Amino acid sequence: MRRKPPEISTGSMADIAFLLLIFFLVTTTIETDSGINRKLPPMEDQIDPPIVREKNIFTVVVNKYSQILVEEKLTDIKDLRGLAMEFLDNGGGRGEEACDYCQGDRNPSSSDNPDKAIISLKNDRETPYKAYISVQNELVAAYNELRDREFINRYPNEGLTYVQADFIYSDPRTTIAQKMNLKEKLDVVKKLYPQKLSEAEPSKVK
Amino acid sequence: MAKFSKKKSGELPAISTASLPDIVFMLLFFFMVATVMRDSTLMVQNTLPAADQIQKLDKKDRVIYIYAGKPSSRYRETYGTEARIQLNDKFATVDEVGAFILAERAAKREELQNVLTTALKVDGDTKMGIISDIKQELRKVNALKINYTTRVGDYTQNLN
Repeated sequence: MRRKPPEISTGSMADIAFLLLIFFLVTTTIETDSGINRKLPPMEDQIDPPIVREKNIFTVVVNKYSQILVEEKLTDIKDLRGLAMEFLDNGGGRGEEACDYCQGDRNPSSSDNPDKAIISLKNDRETPYKAYISVQNELVAAYNELRDREFINRYPNEGLTYVQADFIYSDPRTTIAQKMNLKEKLDVVKKLYPQKLSEAEPSKVK
Repeated sequence: MAKFSKKKSGELPAISTASLPDIVFMLLFFFMVATVMRDSTLMVQNTLPAADQIQKLDKKDRVIYIYAGKPSSRYRETYGTEARIQLNDKFATVDEVGAFILAERAAKREELQNVLTTALKVDGDTKMGIISDIKQELRKVNALKINYTTRVGDYTQNLN
């Protein structure tokens, strides 16, 4: 007569199950997407569009060959951030429109103050998306660098840059007290350099 | 009397671990079921462009996704190589974007309906024309908060 087969030990079953559990816990990190946030202009036509002087507009055109034209001059993307900062931080206004925190050249033929300065971004229908995103990225970077500078100047005790402060502010783990503290400061800096970036409707291909 | 004193002398009985696997399996199944990946299967190529001035998209339930790009290789025979929009699990035309946004918005909880963001997950090689059309549609339905979803990286990665 054959011997009964030995019982399989189930002692390690728990270990196997734990291993699986930990595997699933670790691998299902729901990735959080990130990207460039924008706000589209509302559809209704403005009854009387505000008059903006030519010198307060910084035109950037990305054409279908991914070439960048800044104020109608062909520009390399490396220089875009610097040019945009120069324009925003110019502070050429006098009297009421003067900008006391700007560190630019105060060139009278460039923008009056950051509040008036508008960056207008245009593209062709044939422009590749990645070229467009690169330009968006550099323009946002110009704003962020200026905001960083102002934030550090005004609130050196925080030991943060604007971008870091904004990151902490939008983190759900931050306490409400800290959020209130940061929001106030962020709003001040945001007001100094408001992001006025207009995305015009694309020009038709000729 | 000897009958009763016997019990006291022994060691503590070992706690049975036989049900431990069941408990752990229960946990395992809970996690497997609860972590629903809401990602719809991609039918378009989706190499996102790189950017470094980015903000995190919070809470997944406040985001509506729109994909666009060239159809991936197995759909190419039927749909061609022209860039297309993908909404949920099917290809769509530009005119359907507005209705899609309205339907998605109506399906959300009421307190979230005003804070929705539309995430545009668009392939880097797509032409801007289709994106401008989407943006126009979004403006029509008043979905003004958008996010150009990108990879984390330097813009120089986009140049080639």
